[in-house]
Amino acid sequence: MTETDTIDAVLDRHRRDGTRLVQILREIQEQLNWLSPATLTRVAEGIGWPRAMVSGTASFYSFFHTRPRGKYCVLWSDNITDRMLGNAELMDAMCKKLWLEPGRVSEDGLVSVNTTSCTGMCDQGPALLVNYRAVTGMTTARLGEMVGLIREQKPVAEWPAEWFKVEDNVRRAGILLGGDFVPGSALKAALSRATAYATEASNFRSVKESLPAGMAGPLTMLDEMGKSRLRGRGGAGFSTRMKWEACRNAPLKAGHTRIVVCNADEGEPGTFKDRVLLTSHADLVAEGMTVAAYAIGATRGFIYLRGEYRYLLEPLEHALARRREAGLLGRSILGTQGFDFDIEIHLGAGAYVCGEESALIESLEGKPGRPRIRPPFPVTNGYLDQPTVVNNVETFASAALVALHGGEWFAAHGTEKSSGSKILSVSGDCERPGLYEYPFGVTVRQVLEDCGATDTQAVQISGPSGICVAAEEFGRRIAFEDLATAGAFMVFDESRDMFGVARNFAHFFAHESCGFCTPCRVGTTLVRNLMDKIARGHGSPYDINELFKLHRVMQGASHCGLGNSACNPVFDTLNKFRPAYERRLKSLDYEPAFDLDAALSQARQMTGRDDAAAHLTNEAEA
Amino acid sequence: MTTDLTFQLDGEDIAFTPGQTIMQAAKAAGVYIPHLCWHPDFPAHGSCKLCTVKANGRFGSGCTMEAQAGMVVENRTAELDDKRRTLLQMFFVEGNHFCPSCEKSGDCTLQATAYELKMMSPHFDMFYPDRPVDASHPDVLLDFNRCIMCSLCVTASRDVDKKNVFAMGGRGILGRRIHINSESGKLADTDFALTDRAAGICPVGVILPKRKGFAVPIGERRYDKAPINEQVKEPLKEATP
Repeated sequence: MTETDTIDAVLDRHRRDGTRLVQILREIQEQLNWLSPATLTRVAEGIGWPRAMVSGTASFYSFFHTRPRGKYCVLWSDNITDRMLGNAELMDAMCKKLWLEPGRVSEDGLVSVNTTSCTGMCDQGPALLVNYRAVTGMTTARLGEMVGLIREQKPVAEWPAEWFKVEDNVRRAGILLGGDFVPGSALKAALSRATAYATEASNFRSVKESLPAGMAGPLTMLDEMGKSRLRGRGGAGFSTRMKWEACRNAPLKAGHTRIVVCNADEGEPGTFKDRVLLTSHADLVAEGMTVAAYAIGATRGFIYLRGEYRYLLEPLEHALARRREAGLLGRSILGTQGFDFDIEIHLGAGAYVCGEESALIESLEGKPGRPRIRPPFPVTNGYLDQPTVVNNVETFASAALVALHGGEWFAAHGTEKSSGSKILSVSGDCERPGLYEYPFGVTVRQVLEDCGATDTQAVQISGPSGICVAAEEFGRRIAFEDLATAGAFMVFDESRDMFGVARNFAHFFAHESCGFCTPCRVGTTLVRNLMDKIARGHGSPYDINELFKLHRVMQGASHCGLGNSACNPVFDTLNKFRPAYERRLKSLDYEPAFDLDAALSQARQMTGRDDAAAHLTNEAEA
Repeated sequence: MTTDLTFQLDGEDIAFTPGQTIMQAAKAAGVYIPHLCWHPDFPAHGSCKLCTVKANGRFGSGCTMEAQAGMVVENRTAELDDKRRTLLQMFFVEGNHFCPSCEKSGDCTLQATAYELKMMSPHFDMFYPDRPVDASHPDVLLDFNRCIMCSLCVTASRDVDKKNVFAMGGRGILGRRIHINSESGKLADTDFALTDRAAGICPVGVILPKRKGFAVPIGERRYDKAPINEQVKEPLKEATP
């Protein structure tokens, strides 16, 4: 098959539909290894889009290669938890064995080695992706073997299967992880719950607002959602019922439908609960989506699965196929006339910002994942301008339980303002990393005890964009009214350097900023540079003030949550772990970032010298 | 039509019609809100964030936020202008802006806004990015060193010229840039023309007509005559062939 045949086959499979561009580019790259200029031209012609838009999308996502990449592309997950497990030393050793510089393709075009943002394997790191397949638990021994296989050019598919094994590591199960869910049971419960009044009201509404007719209980389902007091599990905690209701009430244009999107772009470093829900509880999630579709009158659904979880694509496709066979997806679900709903899976391609719901929708439409101007919100103008509900994986799983057991049952768990349970992804310095599901309201201290953490200095709750909690705050509770979280729970013991933690997060945000708005595009890089300057020993109190100033500008002026929260880890650690910064500072008012000796590094590299005479002493040190 | 709809902008009553943004209403009233990526003829882009105001105590972009009756909006306060100055400094360090040698000097919105906000230095360390110039087109030079990512050329080419010569692509500080609609990535290989609306829309000195250098001498240019805040109602003069 020629390259053009390959491209055309992929285009045809996607009906030459430009909204599927991210999927088209990924599938072509999986076969052709990279996206050449000629490939992009052919794709643009195929979908009838301007070529500049196609290259604009291709160049946005970290996992797309618009320049030749190595036959083997190794990307080390670079979350702080991977760092703590020694990923930097392992990657360094790998580069040395392969005679490589990080980020460069080897001269023979065989291999490249680099870092990538957290791959969601924090409980079993150090982790990496090889040709976008997840590998866990890297060791020195495994590294040697892997380098050997790369040199032998053994296809990744023939590598030892245990390298690709991903454990669930469920340490404490609650209503979500511990339930014995029967596929279809939640939908049946929802369908049977309607009262005669609700049936009438819903049918009236259905006719009036062109919702699927003959459905007995959508409004009853919404009532149950109200009683459950379920709030979004992505971190922000918006009322799920209000979101669903707003979408249901949004006027529908001709030819439009309502859309249900499951946000499985689990990109927040330190979070990996959705990985497990989609691995072992896919039916619960899909059923929750179908319940949402039923309640709001949606006919189309998407699971937006992060590119790092590529290995979950086939198992999820199978799960959806099984549901179709069982009459739980497709036309007339469970024999209910007018209840038509199906789900397709879209894979992301390495862009944290796509976890923001409007950026996710842009990506679903084949565009760069740039957060939209809001209002209008997705519930009225979402996917292809249609009313769209975007919820987190865990929210849908919870919604399925609400449908199955009723809202009051659900609300009996947790606290008054935070009903139900929360799955925490625990990683870092503890004996038993993995998933811990608690009713809302559990204290940080309790979680630390359960996971076997000792001498804990700090916990980063909800990832870099969340909050850093110090020891005196361990009595605080996981709940929307206290510590709201999307699930990450990274533990740092007394031996850890909290400045290093914040610096790792600063690098993360600089890498993931979409670049749309000025404060985030430039600000995240300025913060990263200042943190690097302090790390090099060139910081002064002046730089600390600069960090505070950038925090104020970015928090007020950024376009979306990424820029608004990008300085949180720096701000928190500056306030709570000031000595970690101060012991690095020179006791001067101002220190130039320019380093005389460092400026000579290129000359040293070119001449192969590193002796004392090839170094300059900086004035302040002299 | 109701004419009594007003909101307060720095204590001054500003009339607006329903659906108008704070920026549109302010412009109609001749009040200056600093901005770079906003253009009265096009939908708001909302990327430069220079127009960040405080409406009823909350930060937001003046170009995207709809005016509401009775709203109290802060615009030229010390706090906001301070933030804007920092944003301007961000622009100056992320690109390569050498005003004294730039053909757009005196006609440049970025430069005029920096003067208006009394930006005295770039403050941060310069990034000195590597941004190649595209001189392939017979009539137009593209100097991306000055690009501020406002996307006005993208919008004008798409919506007015119907050509889609430009698109914004890439991600973050290193990747984000204008993509040209040709396989070579060169402007010469597109159907771009000097008569396009997009050719004259650039608020800085990226899109420049060739062989037209310094037709109007320095000292007699738009912002040499009056500062930008006194020219709110003046129609924007765009480059013509």
